[in-house]
Amino acid sequence: MAVGARRAASFPAAIVRSEAALPLGLLAPTVIFLSLLILVPIAQAVLLSFQAADGTFGLDAYKRMFNDTAFADSFRNTILLLIAIVPIQTVLALGMALLIHSRFPGHGIFLYIYAIPLAISDLAAGIVWLSIFTDQGYLNTILTGLGVIKEPMAFLSYENLQWVFTAVVVAESWRATALVLVILLAGLQLIPREYFEAAEVFGASRLKRTLLVVLPMLKPSLQSALIIRTIFAFNAFAVVLALAGRQLPVLGYEAYDWYYNNRNSNVAAAFATLILALTIATTITYLRLFRVREGELGK
Amino acid sequence: MTAAAPAFRRRSASRRVVADRILLYGAAVILALWTLIPIYLIALAAFSERAAVYEFPKPLLPTRFSTDTMSFFVNSTGVLPSVRNSIIVAVSTIVLGLLIGAPAGYALARFRFPGRDGFQVGVLVSKMFPIAILSIPLAVTFIDLGLYDSLIAVILVHTAMVLPFIVIVTSGVFLAVSRELEEAAQTLGTSRFGAFTRIALPLALPGLAAAAIFSFVTSWNEVFAATILTVRNTTLPAQVLASLNISPLYFRFAGGFFMIIPSLFFIFFMRKYLFNLWGPGR
Amino acid sequence: MSSVAFESVRKIFGKTVALKDVDLLVRDGEFMVLLGPSGCGKTTLLRCLAGLERIDGGTVRIGDRDVSDLPPRDRQIAMVFQSYAVFPHMKVYDNIAFGLRMRRKPKAEVERRVKEGAALLQLEPFLDRYPAQLSGGQRQRVAVARAIVTDAPVLLMDEPLSNLDALLRLHARAELKRLHGEVKRTTVYVTHDQIEALSMGDRIAVMREGQIVQLDTPSALYDRPADVFVGSFIGSPPMNFLKCRARNGTAVGDAFEVPGPSGMDGKEMLLGIRPENIRTGEGPFRGRVLVVEPLGSHALLTVMVGKDSIKVVAPADTTLRADEELRLAPEPHKIRWMDAASGKALMAPH
Repeated sequence: MAVGARRAASFPAAIVRSEAALPLGLLAPTVIFLSLLILVPIAQAVLLSFQAADGTFGLDAYKRMFNDTAFADSFRNTILLLIAIVPIQTVLALGMALLIHSRFPGHGIFLYIYAIPLAISDLAAGIVWLSIFTDQGYLNTILTGLGVIKEPMAFLSYENLQWVFTAVVVAESWRATALVLVILLAGLQLIPREYFEAAEVFGASRLKRTLLVVLPMLKPSLQSALIIRTIFAFNAFAVVLALAGRQLPVLGYEAYDWYYNNRNSNVAAAFATLILALTIATTITYLRLFRVREGELGK
Repeated sequence: MTAAAPAFRRRSASRRVVADRILLYGAAVILALWTLIPIYLIALAAFSERAAVYEFPKPLLPTRFSTDTMSFFVNSTGVLPSVRNSIIVAVSTIVLGLLIGAPAGYALARFRFPGRDGFQVGVLVSKMFPIAILSIPLAVTFIDLGLYDSLIAVILVHTAMVLPFIVIVTSGVFLAVSRELEEAAQTLGTSRFGAFTRIALPLALPGLAAAAIFSFVTSWNEVFAATILTVRNTTLPAQVLASLNISPLYFRFAGGFFMIIPSLFFIFFMRKYLFNLWGPGR
Repeated sequence: MSSVAFESVRKIFGKTVALKDVDLLVRDGEFMVLLGPSGCGKTTLLRCLAGLERIDGGTVRIGDRDVSDLPPRDRQIAMVFQSYAVFPHMKVYDNIAFGLRMRRKPKAEVERRVKEGAALLQLEPFLDRYPAQLSGGQRQRVAVARAIVTDAPVLLMDEPLSNLDALLRLHARAELKRLHGEVKRTTVYVTHDQIEALSMGDRIAVMREGQIVQLDTPSALYDRPADVFVGSFIGSPPMNFLKCRARNGTAVGDAFEVPGPSGMDGKEMLLGIRPENIRTGEGPFRGRVLVVEPLGSHALLTVMVGKDSIKVVAPADTTLRADEELRLAPEPHKIRWMDAASGKALMAPH
């Protein structure tokens, strides 16, 4: 049959082409948009950081960055914040997630409450805890009222940098634990019930069950959560600003400051590139640490 | 076995269960209070007289309710315009994000095509970039393009921030709508596009709404890019940030509370979809 | 004219050839069943007819039109899906009316036809409800009504009964057959259930690995399967096959000798005989009972004949017990001889 033969001959190229045209067309805007707004700026940032104001190439921007008086402090503070915040949030979020997952009556309401901070910006969170930690704030009110201290403490002053640091950790933990919670909860719900039941039948206590069964199966979610949380931590800047002003320099703020106040986009780009490099490094570390071998999760 | 033994066992077992329950509820309540009390406190601070901000000790109960601080904040120069800008930017982000991202989500859900896996990986990876930081080099570009200090610049960056989430959520939502429903519509006389608009879209609406709400919240809260990219046409967070050092304390409290208000509503509307945001069933 | 013709239809998924140059002609008004195990290509063939899959070779015709390149909406077909695909966000009335509205029929006509369809499938009390409020069986009827009212000359059904529970399936099967008798539309029906196929089809196309293995009426398929596969697939329990060899007009097996096909000395053969066509008491087969299953209307025996284990249908009040030795006689006219090597039937004069 002539018609049949014709179609058979043209099938490979024509059909494949037309069948893929529609989905690729639907994807194209997203691909273009994200390339332009992510890939291109990344390249630009790196490029900018290796340029001087007049466009010549060199390491001037990096030199100024490293020699900046605030650099060492901001770098150290950023890392310290990360080390403090991430474990606290992970443990808190895990606890909340396990609680909710046990589905006690009313768990829906508690989930809603725990999730509220999801929609609160880091700036707002900073201000919220400002009202608590400030000299005439609520914390001092409660502490003096209970008689724990006689006079209000200056939590947020330059002399008490540890307290300033603590305040930032508390504020960020309060705000962003919800993020980790949601990711972990989604991961928990994917673990088939039978694993929990089997562990229970074989006599494991609740703590053992958690450590030996739940945590290993939660690895992919933990990985996701930690990566996202860490990236946001590197960008943290509004919280710190709200609570500590310039007393606690962090990398994010330095980047903003060099661009906005010093009008030096090259040094700002250097900071941005540094942050990007740190982000990639920690992401790769997390991916390695939480690598799930095939078959480990029974997939 | 005598009647006494099982009864005894039952009683001690139930005592353990009760103790367990108390522990559970106790922990849950403490965590809930930890979340709610700060919000209560900032509301308290925002709804008091301006002078009250320097008072010590602070009242812990809303005995001295007053809209003084809030109205001062709202009427301060630049605040209402920045609120308007925030709304414009957030709504535009939703529209642009859905227009660009929803078709991609649909394509991921329905089609097999070369490069599909690569695209999915790309979307997940782009989620991981600190996009806000990228606004520094972008600012330079926007200056060259004459877009600096315009809302368009902020809208573009915010859209890039929410696009990965929109693609992931919409692909999950469209996957949940059975393909056979669209095929049935086609056998009954619709075109492919007609099947999409009459069948897939209405059924996907709740999920799309969740994606829209999430986009709104993300845009409404975003600080870094908004600050870098604008000078006069600022959004609300940028406005508050810029005045952090120079504004009186009560101004900041009122600003903080004002920024929180939408969150309380949005999370309520979005609670069913909280889990879909972060990846296709991780 | 609403016949359906597949001419050398070929469909490839990636590296797998799902349909290997399939030829099939469905006559106007006929109820054609596509039967086979999962993966045989029957659903793919149906979807190619619907236009939901694009064919990679050959032609599909409806009536005298070549529809191979047309989208589903232009082919004038109606389809009932395995999952029913009833639109959850529309009322039953709107579901049934959907196809008519897409063809822009006037409102009065839509109403009349929907009511007729609803009456035909006993859906009148449910017109105002949403599918979620209906049972599975009711939703299935909505899917059928929706397809029937469109007046499309060709009706396609993809395993519409497989999601119903056993009792409902029995009832729905009869209903569909009655409906076809009334409406008389060309129907192509896909199923893996051979009972459905035997019950409903005017003709059955048995498919396997992308090809049609036998195309025949139900009784012809039952009595004269073309090969071992068809014989085993059709009928429950399936046809028995005993190994034997031809010698001078006799078929010699391990535990029997019966008159066999002539003119093929030395050939390795299979003697095909259905369980209900074997008499107990006396005969050429020597066997030993392994299991007796009393099934109410009859008893099913598992009997060892030589090295072959076969099933035999016995009367319900049989006195046979396990481990008993017995003789069996296959009804000579019901024997189907197969070539052991190829599995295909041998044309033997009987």
